[in-house]
Amino acid sequence: MVSALNQALFCEMELDENIVVLGEDVGIDGGVFRVTEGLWQRFGSERIIDTPLGESGIVGVAIGMAAYGLRPVVEIQFSGFSYPAFDQLISHASRLRNRSRGRFSCPLVVRTPYGGGVRALEHHSESMEALYAHVPGLKVVIPSGPYDAKGLLSSAIRDPDPVIFYEPKRVYRAIKEEVPEKAYTIPIGEAKVIQNGNDVTIISWGAMIRECKEAIDKIDASAELIDIRTLKPLDFKTILNSVKKTGRVVIVHEAPRTGGFGAEIASLIAEHGLLHLEAPIMRVTGFDTIFPLAKLEKSYLPDERITAGIKKVLEF
Amino acid sequence: MQKTVEKFSVLYLQILMGNGECDEKDMPYLSKRQIQEIYFFMVLARKLDERMLNLQRQGRIGTFAPSKGQEASSVGSAYALEPKDWIIPSFREIGGLLVRGMPIDQYLLYYAGDERGSNLPKGINIFPTSIPVGTQPAHAVGFAIAARMKKENLVVITYFGDGGTSEGDFHEAMNFAGIFFAPVVFICQNNQYAISVPRSKQTRASTIAQKAISYGFPGIQVDGNDVFAVYKATLDAVKRARDGNGPTFIECVTYRLGDHTTADDASKYRQQKEVDEWSKKDPILRLRKYLENMKMWSAKEEDALLKDIAEKIESAVKSMENKEPPCVDDMFKFMYEKMPWYLQEQLSSLKERTSEGE
Repeated sequence: MVSALNQALFCEMELDENIVVLGEDVGIDGGVFRVTEGLWQRFGSERIIDTPLGESGIVGVAIGMAAYGLRPVVEIQFSGFSYPAFDQLISHASRLRNRSRGRFSCPLVVRTPYGGGVRALEHHSESMEALYAHVPGLKVVIPSGPYDAKGLLSSAIRDPDPVIFYEPKRVYRAIKEEVPEKAYTIPIGEAKVIQNGNDVTIISWGAMIRECKEAIDKIDASAELIDIRTLKPLDFKTILNSVKKTGRVVIVHEAPRTGGFGAEIASLIAEHGLLHLEAPIMRVTGFDTIFPLAKLEKSYLPDERITAGIKKVLEF
Repeated sequence: MQKTVEKFSVLYLQILMGNGECDEKDMPYLSKRQIQEIYFFMVLARKLDERMLNLQRQGRIGTFAPSKGQEASSVGSAYALEPKDWIIPSFREIGGLLVRGMPIDQYLLYYAGDERGSNLPKGINIFPTSIPVGTQPAHAVGFAIAARMKKENLVVITYFGDGGTSEGDFHEAMNFAGIFFAPVVFICQNNQYAISVPRSKQTRASTIAQKAISYGFPGIQVDGNDVFAVYKATLDAVKRARDGNGPTFIECVTYRLGDHTTADDASKYRQQKEVDEWSKKDPILRLRKYLENMKMWSAKEEDALLKDIAEKIESAVKSMENKEPPCVDDMFKFMYEKMPWYLQEQLSSLKERTSEGE
């Protein structure tokens, strides 16, 4: 996925000279995860900008750039450090178009690695996508594999509005897929049915897609797996069509349970598809605890709990 | 071994004294017509402020932040800009905004609770009002860097108060500006209070101007009630920025003669005596004295000016109040370039309810 993201940045920057990349260590170092590798050498320090530390400053400056007509792509080194920039995102990036009744817009992408499973230090493992999905005016995109990552990042960069682009660092280098060299886009707001099935609908995103696939392999039933890919705007049509077919739903995310995005999906299903349901909607999620350090992280992350959850829904 | 590795000092600039006399040595070139124009904008800002207070008390507009007493800081600084330059404002700079062509009716419209007030016509280089204190200087830095990348030789001025300089975002913006040598002029309107908290409780530093030094660019303190000093300092700073010599920080020492906002009562936290002392330093009276001393102004001209201003304001009030009300679509229409399905649904359900109610 790292090289797919890198390719997306390369391709888009070749196509549009208004694209700039800003962040800590994105220049000569190529980013701590190497997503921006080679960009500085190709595009120079005017477009690949190593910034001082200061997430709020980075995003604030990027907002000014976006308002003036550039297309900044910000890298926040870890999503756990994005909170200082939350004010800029919620108070300005998301509001600029509305505040000015369309005179200004904020075509900004904030890329940031999220999620657990890499035995990291504190603050390096969280999944706080629901915070961003709650903010009117933002879009939230989370790819699960390299092919989608490239196409979705290209779309995010071309999008006229601010996009939070959450990258599942656990599968940064874990999944291999064919990725075309040329630029291509995958529309924001379209879910993907990864696997068709008739008995149960599994809905997930990001790094948990891989876990869901493994869980499905362990059960003796026909499961439909949906990668929502975009939390906001959510492709609810694809979800509802599947629920109508299967009548059983399991939503999987590694983010904490309460107020997680699974709750939003469950509500929508209840509002629009209640009579199609054969069983209560099941959520398999992270716990409402602080994400633990390495020794306990296996207990936190949904793994065999997914299989158990699917079985429970099937047996209801 | 011990040695001094850095020393610094902070300049203070005053040109126009309280008695209306002027220090010719530092006086920037301004024609008679220009000085009269500056006076016009300062009085316009003051009269608009007074009228708005009145409109607010009558419930015809909502909460706003009066700028009475700070006219020299905002008018003097904005007057040093060229047409292509930009202002990234806070919420207490009406004088400067007027200089830059802010249509009065749109300004009133915004404070009457209508976002259309912020959709200024193209060519009026004013960014929308930023209410979260200290957050907008970063936008100015990004704006200025972007303009430089596009080879547009323009300068961005951003405004904030003494309270704003305590916010983390302010320091990040200053740091970025220094590192990237951004063509930005930071104007701090040190009006002595952040709502009720006095300047002495914002920072232990003896001047706010000196904060610039730690970010590697000049900071100067000026008498913020002296429009010539503010103009001169800004003119120099704008030139520096335009010539590619980086940012400047200007601390305008002034005083908020009114309340923080129309929802505030300043008598709770400051003495009338203090307000009276500062009233004597009123920037408009001082410039008026200068104009009279220099025989550039007559009672007849003053009458004509006041009449002209009153007419302009009343016509803007009328235009603001005659504006057709906003439609609910506007609440949804500008969230994204293309309205997503869930907003379309929410908008139609709102409209259905409204039409049922009719």
